[in-house]
Amino acid sequence: MHISEGILSLPVLAGGGVIAATGVAVGLRKLDYEHIMTTALLSSAFFVASLVHVPIGPSAAHLILNGLVGLILGWAAVPAIAVALFLQALLFGFGGLTVLGVNTVIMAGPAVVVYLLFGSWIREGGRKQLLGGFLAGSLSVAMSGILVAIALIGTDEAFMKTAQLILLAHIPIMLIEGVVTMFTVSFLSRVQPEILAIQKS
Amino acid sequence: MIEERFALGSSLLHRTDPTVKIIGATVLAVIIAISQSMTAILIGLGIGIALALLARLSPRALWPRLMAVNLFCLFLWATLPLTGGGETMGHIWTLPISHKGVTLALYITIKTNAILLILTALLATSPVHHIGRGMQRLGISTKLTLLLLTSYRYLNLIHQEFNRLRRAADLRCFNPRTNIHTYRTYSYLVGMTFVRSWERSRRVHNAMLMRGFNGTFPVLDSTTFQRRDIYILTLLSCCALVLAAVSLLH
Repeated sequence: MHISEGILSLPVLAGGGVIAATGVAVGLRKLDYEHIMTTALLSSAFFVASLVHVPIGPSAAHLILNGLVGLILGWAAVPAIAVALFLQALLFGFGGLTVLGVNTVIMAGPAVVVYLLFGSWIREGGRKQLLGGFLAGSLSVAMSGILVAIALIGTDEAFMKTAQLILLAHIPIMLIEGVVTMFTVSFLSRVQPEILAIQKS
Repeated sequence: MIEERFALGSSLLHRTDPTVKIIGATVLAVIIAISQSMTAILIGLGIGIALALLARLSPRALWPRLMAVNLFCLFLWATLPLTGGGETMGHIWTLPISHKGVTLALYITIKTNAILLILTALLATSPVHHIGRGMQRLGISTKLTLLLLTSYRYLNLIHQEFNRLRRAADLRCFNPRTNIHTYRTYSYLVGMTFVRSWERSRRVHNAMLMRGFNGTFPVLDSTTFQRRDIYILTLLSCCALVLAAVSLLH
């Protein structure tokens, strides 16, 4: 789910940069020093999750979990995800510097949206919590895929078919992310419900 | 273990001030990314190769990075020429090859490799905590650099935490397949990793409060600009000027 360097056009890069910078600023403003360590360590956990490969048929996919990070951190997910993406660019050369803004929008935008939509569901428990977890996980990946497609097509219409292929490839990942996010949310609510309530405290 | 494979070294670029490298890398990457001139991006690729040589990057460590981006380029070469639209430049069997698609794929391949080499030679040659300090000196928000430094500090610990849980699952005969049991198990491993991260973050927070943490890390070293930093800054600025001039003349 990274767009590499050198693909996107100036308007897309600049637009992504401006939106991401605004999101990071809002996220940082809402983040007090009480929660900065938690945000930082969950940012590392998000990074680690992207190294976890789960089997899917004959192949494997790595976890994304931007929906889960959004549900837990709310707006603070934007700086947390931006930091993780920057570290990935430095340590692995995935993504990059000029695309950091666009990649942050792609990953963190859906995280905030699912937080606003389902954040209250997962704190309620029961069936609504499971459904909220599944929808948050699968929709965040779907939205990320759509944002990748928009960024590519916005750069050049020649990317139309490529973007469609990328969207298709996201469908199985959507299901897995939905299931994994659902189980993780239900696990967290039983083992350490305070994590799901960070936003309230 | 998540390693910084290029951070240690004694080359000129390793010893350069991170602030200089951050500015240089950002400016060069932005110019190459938005340039529309083939000459300019080829010069950019040349600059990338030269910087990689100057930083004496280990080819063995560089190889996986190059492979990763070029695998994606290969995917673009497989799709764009067939689906790019516009006028055709020839046929493979009966399939029309789009001129626009080929040009786009070529530009992207050169740009991606050029920027990757520049970023690796300039940014990956400093440990992340130096980059963080450089960012702070450049006026990036303290909270954001604090997030970066802390997140980097605990990255390996949390990775080890996950691996330990994974090993425990393996010892209990966990055999990942495409089924709900596998996904549930992975969810619980991830969930437990989040719980451990959360608990650790509370302990770190309390320990830092005990030590009088007030939101900033005091910087202990007082590195000043050396003559070589100015040389490198001049060199990188010249590269940027040439690239910008060639791009604008296009």
